[in-house]
Amino acid sequence: MIQINPTNIRVWSLLGQNSALGNALLEIAKENEKIVAITSDLAKSSGLDRFGKLFPNRLINTGIAEQNMLGIAAAFANEDFIPFAISFAAFSVLRACEPTRHFMGYMQRNVKLIGLGSGFAMGVFGNTHYCREDIAIIRAIPGIAIISPADCTELVKAMEASAEYTGPVYIRLTGIMNNPVVYKKNYNFEIGRAITLKQGTDITIIATGSMVYNSLLASEILEKEGISATVMDMHTIKPLDRKIIENEISSSKLIVTVEEHSKTGGLGGAIAEYLCSVQHHPVLLRLGMEDQFQPAGDYHYMLGQNELLPEQIASNVRQKFLSLK
Amino acid sequence: MLSVKKLQDISNQVRRDIIRMTHMAGSGHPGGALGAADFLVTLYYEFMKPDPNGFTMDGTEEDIFFLSNGHVSALWYSVLARYGYFGIKELGTFRRMGSRLQGHPSIIDGLPGIRVASGSLGMGLSVATGAALAKKLNNDNHLVYLMLGDGELEEGQNWEALMFASAWKVDNLIAVIDYNGQQIDGPVEKVMDLGNLRAKLEAFGWHVIEMYGNDIPDILEKMKESIANLHKGKPVIVIMTTHMGFGVKFMLDNHKWHGVPPNDDEAKQALAQLDETLGDF
Repeated sequence: MIQINPTNIRVWSLLGQNSALGNALLEIAKENEKIVAITSDLAKSSGLDRFGKLFPNRLINTGIAEQNMLGIAAAFANEDFIPFAISFAAFSVLRACEPTRHFMGYMQRNVKLIGLGSGFAMGVFGNTHYCREDIAIIRAIPGIAIISPADCTELVKAMEASAEYTGPVYIRLTGIMNNPVVYKKNYNFEIGRAITLKQGTDITIIATGSMVYNSLLASEILEKEGISATVMDMHTIKPLDRKIIENEISSSKLIVTVEEHSKTGGLGGAIAEYLCSVQHHPVLLRLGMEDQFQPAGDYHYMLGQNELLPEQIASNVRQKFLSLK
Repeated sequence: MLSVKKLQDISNQVRRDIIRMTHMAGSGHPGGALGAADFLVTLYYEFMKPDPNGFTMDGTEEDIFFLSNGHVSALWYSVLARYGYFGIKELGTFRRMGSRLQGHPSIIDGLPGIRVASGSLGMGLSVATGAALAKKLNNDNHLVYLMLGDGELEEGQNWEALMFASAWKVDNLIAVIDYNGQQIDGPVEKVMDLGNLRAKLEAFGWHVIEMYGNDIPDILEKMKESIANLHKGKPVIVIMTTHMGFGVKFMLDNHKWHGVPPNDDEAKQALAQLDETLGDF
């Protein structure tokens, strides 16, 4: 077990999710010799330098070749290794989409696919490097769990849980360095079980990844205005924790989803699909990336353009909530 | 060691199986399957000699084979059944509703002998390379064999894997290209000319061996040579020239038979050219 203490939490947060990943994988690999890291030229970006020094045979760099990375990973899984296949989300999921479907979906190989720098994390790199549709794509493939950690500590917990879990997992990393801290101390993390961070009485905000922290800040703004919000960390988007949503349906006047992903097919899409099957449910407001490629900018600029900053989330929620009355 | 005559008899029966399976199913890919029959029979019976009753999915501590050009599934199923992985009667279920013998090899139905699904082209070389590397990491001295198609080489992922395998010195791997020169739309050299394939493969750092895949003595000799060249820092690749449709005169070297089954008359004609050596399923 990796130590969850204030020092580690601070260091991981400073590093951001990409580099915290390499730290976590190193610690997991020390205790489990079956762990291998397979990356397509992103060992440095994912903080795997020390991993490579300690376990040179267990760090496999395929060069810039994501499809081959998936094939190699599947073969290692076949021989009872636990491969973590690591690239930028835009490339691991999109370029290697069919191998992902084949090996992780169809063949159910025990591969852990990592999407570094998803959402707008790549900032001024621009649209080729943004990943706005990975949740939608993986969600449509049967049998792959999808986790998007709220902060670096949750990433570490998710990595540990994924290494223990038998079956394919996609872990989506969001946010940049100085990743805000949601979890200040150790807690119980379980794949497929969402976490209620704050209990309110009027509305329910269901967020994932980087948007959990922004949703918490938004809920504080709303609170001052007399709107009481429940905030949930839906770290696992698939399988969706229906039970926790079910409990909210009867008491909540508005359900809001917030994600650094396209409004199409992501967390909002998953919740919408679920709510459709329920006879009476509150109105759903989906917040996320607009359905268009946009001029590039730095991370905060891009969030702003898509109304994903805390005050913008609060403002959109307030407007919707007041319109219901 | 089996005699060349015995291997030919098995190959002949496998060819009959292929004709009967694709004919009964009313679909399938007889051409490439017939062409590669001598090789796959020889590989299983003379080189790999696996224990069909001790099949494990992870394939540790045994030589393993992957099929990348999954459309020649009728061939693989026949060889697996004849070798003893499952009863030959099941060959009659090829491509039928709910059969374990899907059009392209699957692993979700529990068919013994198959570890990796294929059908979508261009992915097998990555798998074979990864498996061979995993064997090294496991200190497992067994070998990995792969068969892939020639037209399939048009998929870019192969070249990622070719680069990788030589850079990582994956020298416990033998990849065999079924070079029959035909693909769906016509001759490979007309659809997408592979050019000087040997030079390309050598430039990618592989030890290249050429073999005639419709001649069992040549297969025996060149596969021995391939094995002798392993563990020398280079992966080995065999350019195996074969004739699509080999064994059935009217199918010979004709791309039309890539993915079309014989009708009643054609099946009858074809079977008249292939001796029933081991008994039909």
